[in-house]
Order: sequence, then C-alpha cells, then structure tokens
Amino acid sequence: MKSFEYTITDPVGIHARPAGLLVKEIKGFAGSTVTITKGEKTVNALKLMALMQMGIKQGDTVKVEVEGGDEEAVAAAIEAFFKANL
Amino acid sequence: MITIQGKGVSTGVAAGPLYFYQRASAALSRYEVEDRDGEWQRFKDAQAKAIEQLGVLAEKAREEAGDEAAMLFETHQMMCEDMDYEEAIEGFIKEGGMNAEAAVTDAGEIQAEAFAAMDDDYFKARAADVKDISGRIVGILSGVVQGGIDSDVPVVLASDDLAPSETIQLDKSKILGFVTSGGSGSSHTAILARTIGIPAIIGVGDQLREEYAGREVIVDGGTGAVVIEADEETRARLMKKREELLKRQELLNQLKGQANVSKDGQDIRVYCNIGNPEDVHAVLENDGGGIGLFRSEFLYLNCDDYPTEEYQFEAYKKVLSDMGGKEVVIRTCDIGADKMIEYFELPKEENPALGNRALRICLNRPEMFHTQIRALYRASAYGHLSIMFPMVASVWEVREAKKMCEQVKAELRAEGIPYSDEVDVGIMIETPAAAIISDRLAKEVDFFSIGTNDLTQYTLACDRQNNNLGRFFDAHHPAVLRLIKMACDNAHKEGIWCGICGELGADLELTELFLSMGLDELSVSPRSVLPLRQKVRETDVRVVREKLLGGLASADSRL
Repeated sequence: MKSFEYTITDPVGIHARPAGLLVKEIKGFAGSTVTITKGEKTVNALKLMALMQMGIKQGDTVKVEVEGGDEEAVAAAIEAFFKANL
Repeated sequence: MITIQGKGVSTGVAAGPLYFYQRASAALSRYEVEDRDGEWQRFKDAQAKAIEQLGVLAEKAREEAGDEAAMLFETHQMMCEDMDYEEAIEGFIKEGGMNAEAAVTDAGEIQAEAFAAMDDDYFKARAADVKDISGRIVGILSGVVQGGIDSDVPVVLASDDLAPSETIQLDKSKILGFVTSGGSGSSHTAILARTIGIPAIIGVGDQLREEYAGREVIVDGGTGAVVIEADEETRARLMKKREELLKRQELLNQLKGQANVSKDGQDIRVYCNIGNPEDVHAVLENDGGGIGLFRSEFLYLNCDDYPTEEYQFEAYKKVLSDMGGKEVVIRTCDIGADKMIEYFELPKEENPALGNRALRICLNRPEMFHTQIRALYRASAYGHLSIMFPMVASVWEVREAKKMCEQVKAELRAEGIPYSDEVDVGIMIETPAAAIISDRLAKEVDFFSIGTNDLTQYTLACDRQNNNLGRFFDAHHPAVLRLIKMACDNAHKEGIWCGICGELGADLELTELFLSMGLDELSVSPRSVLPLRQKVRETDVRVVREKLLGGLASADSRL
C-alpha cells in the first residue's frame, strides 16, 4: 500500500468538477483501489457522490491510499492531480 | 402595474410576455415487478441513454458556454453511474421488486437528502443535480420527451427553479430572461443566465402567480424587480436602462482584452478601486488591469474590536489569489476624519480632517500597525502585492512606516513564514505637503498614488463633506492639477511610477491632460474602466500635449 497526505487549497474544496476529474483519472488505473480519508471517514474515490458528500473543504488535510496495481506510479499520478486541481 | 421583488443574480433588463416553463407530468407510478432481471436491464438501458443524452448536452454547452459549462454535464454523466446510486437502484429492483422508475426516484432522493443535509451552500445545491439526473432517467423510462418552450415569440421564462439539463435544452433565442420562485445565487439558472448574459431574478416566492402568464413583464436583473404591465413612466425608465446596459455591453465586447494605449502608442495602466474582497468579481468582469486601491477599512469597520492578524491575512490572501497574479495595491488603515470607529476610542477633535487619522494613528499605535503589516506580508506569498500608506506629510513618517515593514520581514524570516521579496511600498500623495516635497519622498518609495479627493480638500481649504461650497470646491483647480504634475514629474525623476486613485482619475475631461503628464496608472471604480479605456484609445497625446501642459504652466489664466 502507498499513501500520501494533502491539504486542500481550492477555495470550494472537493467540488463537483475536480471530483469528476478525479474519478475519471482513477478509472484509468485498473487494478488499483484508491481511498480518501478525512478524519474518521473513508471513501472509495471512485464513488463520486460519496466523495462529494465528505464535504472536504479548503484547509482540510486528507489521506490518500492506493492499494494494488502499480501503487507507486498511481500514487504519484494522483498526488500530481491533487496539486494541479485541488 | 404590479411589482414583485426577488433577488437579481444576473444583470440586464428585458421585456416580454411571461411564460411558465412547461414540465412533463411528474406523476410517478409505483408497482411490483415480476421479471426483476428484465427490469434491471430496462434501467441499464435508460441509464445508457441518459449518459448519451448528457454527452450531447455537454458538447452543446461547450459550444455555447465553454469547457467549464460542459464539465457540469460530464459530472452528471458520472453521477448516473455512481456506484452507491447504482447499487441502491439494483437493491430496490432485484430485492425489493420495485419498478425502475420508483427505484431511480428513491435512490435519487437518498443522495439528494445527503447533499441537502450538508452545511455548505455549494454542496447543498448539488441536491438539485442528483434530482436532475434521476428525473432524466425516469423521463426516459416512462417515455417522456424533455420539453422546451411552446411559443413563437421570445419570452421571460418563469419557473420554480430550472434544473441544469432543463436550462441547457431551452431554445436560447426564445428566452429574454429568467424569473424563478426558488433557487439561489449558485443555482444553475443563475450561473447559466450570467454565462449567456441575460437577466435572472430568483427567489420571488409565491408572488409569482400562474395567473400572470402571458402578461407583459419587465425584469431588471440589477435590482431584482419584476414589473408586470408597467406604467408608462416605469417602462420608459427601464427601457432607458436597458439601452444603457446594451451600449455598455457593446463597449465591453469591443474593448475587453484591448490595451489602454493612446493613438500614438502611449500606455497607461487602468486599475480599480475596491473596498471589499467581493468587489474583485466586478474588477475582473470589467477587465481591470489590477487593483490600484484596496481600502482595508472594511476589515476594521466589520469588527467590534481590532481585527486579528489571521482575519486580515485571510481577507488579503483571498483578494490576491482571486486576482491571479495581477497587482493589488492595498492601502493600510485609513481610519479617522470621516471614517470613525468606536473601538479605536479616538478623542473628539475640532477638525478631524486635520487630526489624528490614517498613518498618523498607525504610527502612534505600533501594535495595531504591526498586526496589519504582518498580515499583509504573509499574504504577499499568494499574489502580487503592493503596500500603500495614506496621509503622508513628512519624510520621517515614511521612514518609520518602512521600518515596520523591515521589522516584520525579519520576523517572518526568523519564523520561516513565507513572504514575497517583491512587495513594492508606496505612498498616497494627498496632502499639499507631500506633493511639494515629492522629490524627497520619491527617493524613499517605489510608487506614488495621488488621492485627489483629499488633495483637493487640503489644497483648496474646502471641506469635502460640506455640500454648500459649490463652485469653490473645484476639482479642476489649477493648483490641484499643478500639484499632480509636480508629483508625477518628481516620481519619474527617481524612476518610480505615479498614478491617481481618486475620483479625478475617472474624469474623462482630464484624461488627455493626465496622458500628457505621463501618469503611469489611473485607478477607478470598476464601472469606469472601459469608458476610460475608450477615451485613452481615442486620444492622440502628440496633438494635445503641448497645449494642455502649456496652459497649465502658464501665468495667463485664459490659456
């Protein structure tokens, strides 16, 4: 398993647009399961609505975990995605 | 004439018949199905159809309103396939034996409720998205074709609140404006109305009655007024406003993105004056090149006690990042004179305009000044910041203020807090003293910005609050104009820039003179940016320069 932490800088947080782009991005990595954790709550990042319902806001720190597949590469790609979009 | 009041969320004035959006009957049938796998397949087919339709809408939105608008429908496509949503539907059909329409409706309700229960307005509003996709799938399942407007003439469209797919499917050539009984400023009706550029008024509630259908209405998206069968006077007034807005829009279309450059190639920066972080929207909408005066007083006026460093930092940071790297000149606290605040506990003065105000208070209360300067430097890491001190009369004041900046920078360095090394520090020229010693002041700072309102008041000894001074308060007085030129010349001798951030900057009668003086920047209200740009572009400085400057310098008052 590979993981990283990220603090959201986007003013609206994980809103529809980046959430949608993120799901798109993750769908490209067959064999990997990506989860996002904020506090006690963890969701599968492919679940668009559940992800949005976490209400992740600017300043929140989330933990992203990648399980299975090319974990190293997938985690790096997702981290780059967070930096560029969130 | 009946006037109903809502909230204007997209500006513009439009007149036409009121038309109520015709929605397909929403009566939902519920029944138990025998062939559950067959029913699940029926859902899967409708889901695929919905995704296909949304793809078409996404392309249509891309053409009409750009990638951002298209993304909305692409997100809807993904919502249709959302794992939790789909699992719930599957459970309702396969285990509960529900028909697909009911299963989709109920699964949509569950998700919509989860969004509606969130504490953030943005996410709350997403409940509408879920209902929208569910409605679409149910519509496909029950064979309903999504409706438009059945009218030969363009109409003002009334509804409760339009779903995004409904808004985009409308025939735009038939719509003059929107009126909705519900909705919010971040609802899709509002967003799309702004994108398309037609007026929208939301939240009129039950004042919007079906019996008004077909009657002539005028909507004003600026004020939020919906006037049904306006009387002649109201109609004339609103139509005039409509003309002005259209003219403005035309100007905007012509001049947006154009340079502020005179016929003979002289550039001048046109920036904006703002008093609130929310005003940034207007700056960008009117194509302001930056912010030449951000009055920080609102921070002090909004609080019951001195605003904290953190509170100020957040506000400055927001403006800087919203401006996306364009210059933002923030003026330090300018309290006193006509702007009094109780918790400052300033002693009553006979002549507050000549009393303890602005930088004078800051220098006398270094702790308060320190808090603001720290917040400013911390925010400087998030954009292009310049700091400006108001109400300067002497060189020592500037040195003392700069010392505070150096102290703050040293602290931040020691604490490892990031700040920008490229923050320019400037002063306002608004006392005759500052203009007269501007040669000396220019050696101390990176820029001048002339506050013409106070400069006029102090130069002419005319109280700007006194409405009875009439012709004595002459903003075009040669003494004021000569002081402006003096400050500008002295700035240029030291290689720093000089601008104007008072009312005079937007005075089109003086634009030619200001260009002739070689002023580098004019900071005006957002609405004045484009008219000013137009004036600059029409001016040929070579033709007017000698006459205007000669006249100003001459001892002959008739010139």
